[in-house]
Amino acid sequence: MKLTGAEIFVESLKREGVKTVFGLPGGVVLKIFDVLYQDKDLDFVLVRHEQAAVHMAEAYARATGKVGVALVTSGPGATNTVTGLVNAHMDSCPIVLFTGQVVSSLIGNDAFQEADIVGISRSVTKHNYLVKDVSELATTIKEAFYLAGTGRPGPVLVDIPKDVTMASMEFAYPDKVYIRGYNPTYEGNKWQIKQAAEAMARAERPVLYVGGGVINSDASEELYGLAELLNIPVTMTLMGLGAFPGTHPLSLGMLGMHGSHATNMAVHHCDLLIAVGARFDDRVTGKISEFVPKAKIIHIDVDPTSIRKNIHVDIPIVGDAKPVLRDLLAQATAIVGGKKREGKTPWLQQIAAWQSERPLAYKPDPKVIKPQFVIDMIYRRTHGEAIITSDVGQHQMWTAQFYKFAKPRTWLNSGGLGTMGYGFPAALGAQRAFPGQLVVCVTGDGSFQMNLQELATAMVYDLPVKVAILNNGYHGMVRQWQQLFYQGHYSASRLEGGPDYVKLAEAYGAVGLRATEPHEVEEVLDEAFASKKLVLMDFQVDPYENCYPMVPAGGAINQMVYEDPPTDATRPAPAAQDAQKESISLA
Amino acid sequence: MEHIISLLVENKFGVLARVASLFSARGFNIESLSVGPTADPTMSMITIVTTGDDRILEQVNKQLNKLIDVIKVVDLTEHAYVERETALVKIHTRAEDRAEVFRIIEVFRAKIVDSTPGTYTVEITGDREKVEAFINQLRPLGIKELVRSGRIAIMRDEVKTAVDQRRRPHMVEAK
Ligand SMILES: Cc1ncc(C[n+]2csc(CCOP(=O)(O)OP(=O)(O)O)c2C)c(N)n1
Repeated sequence: MKLTGAEIFVESLKREGVKTVFGLPGGVVLKIFDVLYQDKDLDFVLVRHEQAAVHMAEAYARATGKVGVALVTSGPGATNTVTGLVNAHMDSCPIVLFTGQVVSSLIGNDAFQEADIVGISRSVTKHNYLVKDVSELATTIKEAFYLAGTGRPGPVLVDIPKDVTMASMEFAYPDKVYIRGYNPTYEGNKWQIKQAAEAMARAERPVLYVGGGVINSDASEELYGLAELLNIPVTMTLMGLGAFPGTHPLSLGMLGMHGSHATNMAVHHCDLLIAVGARFDDRVTGKISEFVPKAKIIHIDVDPTSIRKNIHVDIPIVGDAKPVLRDLLAQATAIVGGKKREGKTPWLQQIAAWQSERPLAYKPDPKVIKPQFVIDMIYRRTHGEAIITSDVGQHQMWTAQFYKFAKPRTWLNSGGLGTMGYGFPAALGAQRAFPGQLVVCVTGDGSFQMNLQELATAMVYDLPVKVAILNNGYHGMVRQWQQLFYQGHYSASRLEGGPDYVKLAEAYGAVGLRATEPHEVEEVLDEAFASKKLVLMDFQVDPYENCYPMVPAGGAINQMVYEDPPTDATRPAPAAQDAQKESISLA
Repeated sequence: MEHIISLLVENKFGVLARVASLFSARGFNIESLSVGPTADPTMSMITIVTTGDDRILEQVNKQLNKLIDVIKVVDLTEHAYVERETALVKIHTRAEDRAEVFRIIEVFRAKIVDSTPGTYTVEITGDREKVEAFINQLRPLGIKELVRSGRIAIMRDEVKTAVDQRRRPHMVEAK
């Protein structure tokens, strides 16, 4: 039977098992929307801004492990997706983004709403396509899904000119893909795995350092087995949180710039670092020349370019985390004769000592809401089981520090790019994937205002996300850096003119709650979590709270700062200075 | 160190842009680049000359391999290879210089491919050193225009000579 390009598009998505598409229409994709109008099997979620559609598709993918899908129009629709694409690219998330394009005969003529999105997105996608003829459409879609979801996952963009959606041809969906230049390695080299297993069994002070790759390849069980067998502590990157249960005695939580004292010390002093699906980001390593000075490094990654990019590696293993950890576990089991190593080794005792020396903690205050307290209370109510999304800033780091993720795929945040505005749409994408699940977005007043228009989307599709705004009236993380490194020059970090979030929620038909004092926090959370509706919680937190410990940019990770430096007598404390400024402007 | 990288790629639009933008996005340097079809019309060969230490070259190699349209990456510098570059040189032909120009053309086995009352256009093909030497000889006589192709290279097949060729990869037999 002959189908139009638009029909082929919809049919192909169904063959890929797609249930939900996020996006926003426009002139050149109307033929596709016309097919969607008559089709009841494919859900289309209409967003208010295309950036949000890409974040939603991405979070949908992260939460489910499937490929996320978005569809937008040409020109401005397409260019609005760029941040989402870069974000997915940096965090290795599988999405396929379809962009409409002007008719083929006009491409290159600066036609109305034309943008060279294939050119624009080239460096921020895993691969991209311009479909030149309807005969290529089905194969291209098949390849796009295959590329997005295999190897190191990533975003793939498919640009479809309007005439391709209108043209007709016989529909045949290919059942295989063959791309001769693309052969990801999944199984690790046996000899290297043996070397690695021996090194792990021999090491006295080993640390497992795991990243988002373990979550992408669903390798948590294998990781758990290996850590327990050899009694090796596990630290996770921001992206890796949830890969290993945060409450497990061997869990060290997050490392790096805002990692805890014990974790960073453990990494600094280890004699063997086993990196799995992590890429030695500079927020993790700090000063690279002083990172793990005493350790040999094993690096397991499905992407060969990650290995030895930033750091010398002694045993590189190219392969997918799951099969590699499975083989490592088998080898290690043989080496230790199948007997689990248990108890506190001197190494684990040393780590415990570091932990009690400077535990990750905050000082509660009877008068002001401490942001960490809010996170702590959210954790206590959800036991690490909810899906948590966050934005970018102090609140993100506090969430990573104080929320103990129990399972993989429950922590969605923007790691590589650090995109403010990610958290709320991400929560909506995850909620769409799991309608019955509690989804909480922890955000800042700065970040939330970057995509708050999606409140409408949430209401229309009945996505009862709980948004906790840690409202400090500042771009908090920026203020913290200005306080610590720029002599308290709070340039453009004060956020004035924010809306009344309770009224804002109500304006959209959602529920708005506010807590201004510590004793109100739990009430607000309880009411929100009991509600079946979208709830916006405005927690008016201490504006001057800083996120510690902190490794100053460019420092080595064992050189942490633990608290605010004593205030310099020659300059006012931040609060006082701010008040002074305000009184001046009032005068 | 200089490396000559030979890339077998899909013969599709946009592939060259991908390769070139990979180099620019990562701050890798391209000294010369040439592209052309292979015996199989579905594939093209790109030859890139680049410089960098081992660490950079390892990344260049891996990143190129990661491109979906790249089928094969070979760093020819690790093998015995034959390389060629072509230059077209337009030279002023004043009467008093003519003999000298002919002499140089003769010595380098170059070829006059066009002439006008005031100029000769000369073609020279050879490895980079030869082309460079030729141009340097002509320079004092006044080069009007100069165009150089990128370098192309191909791996040598003889296993035996490969060993000493590796030691002097630029010494290629004279025609
Ligand atoms: C789109 C974008 N613009 C700018 C930044 C730089 N930036 C990083 S954190 C931050 C402040 C975030 O403020 P807020 O969302 O209120 O969170 P807080 O740090 O106060 O918890 C800014 C501006 C960014 N990460 N993303």
